[in-house]
Amino acid sequence: MDWLNHFLLTLLATCQNMLPIVVVILIFQFLVIRKPLVNFKKILAGFIYLIVGVAFLLEGLDMAMFPLGKLMAAQMTAPEFIGTVDSKTVTWQSYIWVYAFAASIGFAATLAEPALLALALKAQNISGGTINAWSLRIAVAIGLAFGTALGTFRIVTGLELHYVLFTGYAIIIVQTLFIPKLILALAYDSGPVTPSTVTVPLITALGLGLATTVPGRNPLLDGFGLIAFASLFPVIAVLGYVQLAQWLGKDRR
Amino acid sequence: MIKNRFIKQLFSSFLDMTPILAVVLIFQVLIIRQPIPDATQMVFGTLLVVLGLTLFIQGLEQSLFPIGESMAHAFARKGSLFWLLSFAFCLGFSATIAEPTLVVVTKEAAIIASKGNIIEDTVAAKERYALGLHLTIALAVGSAILIGMIRIIRGWPVYYLMIGGFCCVMALTPFAPANILGIAFDSGGFTTSTITVPLVTALGVGLATAIKGRNPVTDGFGLAAFASLMAVIFVLIYGIIW
Repeated sequence: MDWLNHFLLTLLATCQNMLPIVVVILIFQFLVIRKPLVNFKKILAGFIYLIVGVAFLLEGLDMAMFPLGKLMAAQMTAPEFIGTVDSKTVTWQSYIWVYAFAASIGFAATLAEPALLALALKAQNISGGTINAWSLRIAVAIGLAFGTALGTFRIVTGLELHYVLFTGYAIIIVQTLFIPKLILALAYDSGPVTPSTVTVPLITALGLGLATTVPGRNPLLDGFGLIAFASLFPVIAVLGYVQLAQWLGKDRR
Repeated sequence: MIKNRFIKQLFSSFLDMTPILAVVLIFQVLIIRQPIPDATQMVFGTLLVVLGLTLFIQGLEQSLFPIGESMAHAFARKGSLFWLLSFAFCLGFSATIAEPTLVVVTKEAAIIASKGNIIEDTVAAKERYALGLHLTIALAVGSAILIGMIRIIRGWPVYYLMIGGFCCVMALTPFAPANILGIAFDSGGFTTSTITVPLVTALGVGLATAIKGRNPVTDGFGLAAFASLMAVIFVLIYGIIW
């Protein structure tokens, strides 16, 4: 009964969140375009699926993904797991499995992302085959894995977030100068597009959990930042891959 | 027929999640080797995620995407500049409000902020904080799409905006309070998700196709990246003002 109540509240909140986009579409459709919607019944059913689906999704993420990320962060930083009793002897090397886990999640999440596949195929098309869709996805996966692993390392060591980020920005700006302009927009998009509805909560929870359990860290100051890395490093990796592919392509000719 | 498609979609949602679940299971079983408390709740929650994702994507493909995309094309092809720009802003704004990722993450950010004594530990204060953050990000995406449309019409190269955005972020960071920095940088990645990206891309590609001399690939893409950069800038400003 309790659960049902909670679910109905989520459903109501979802309706509220969907309201703006429905209003925008209706207003522009009827006032500006002034054509009736075709297939009204199908669209209505679609909206109902959409709202129920999002409500389920929100409940499920709250129930499984957030607790799971936090739980795993707690278990992998527990003194019994890292094998030290004294918290003073803990160094950043003690958390090696945390970095491995973050990297694996980043890598796995990329391969599963349908939005990225579409992007990669487009890049393959416009480059005339110089860029390979699979290699591009691997490049994004490596970038993302590196980003999330570095992000957890940053949380463990307490390194300032913006120093790393600004270094990343500088690298992208330099790379931009040497990249064929045709591919640039797609490469920029490859980063932010990749972490999706399921992975963002899991990775965020991992970061917040780490910042809560690693001694000396504060979730408010250190807990965020994983997603920022996860959307920055794939761009660097993709730009690097494009440069490499271009260079190899020239060589072959 | 519909049942069949539903099962197909269900299977593909499950398939999309398999790599992540596999990593979690491998680490849990082989490395952590500890039981998961409330395992039934986690399994139930995961099933809800798979089911929710299936309905969500089915619903998007049946309602928002076809309408949104056909409207985007219609506005890109003829509508006046004023209507195109206002549609771009409204679409970016409202799609971001609808985005489930942001609902979850802003709620979590509010809980963290209340634990860190930034805001009061009441339900109302947390809801206000989460809503403020969500609206800020939605405004950012709306403005980013608007600027992105102007960019396509004018034919500015995409990297002008990106490098300009990077510089803005770097210039604003020293003035922003430390407790907003992490959320601000992360909000770039929160923004561009399942609902926003296809709609916004449709608008960009539609406009670039409609204007002579524009290439749908070089000019149509890049909107998501710019939107995510704008989200960072707006949340930084929100942190400075608030």
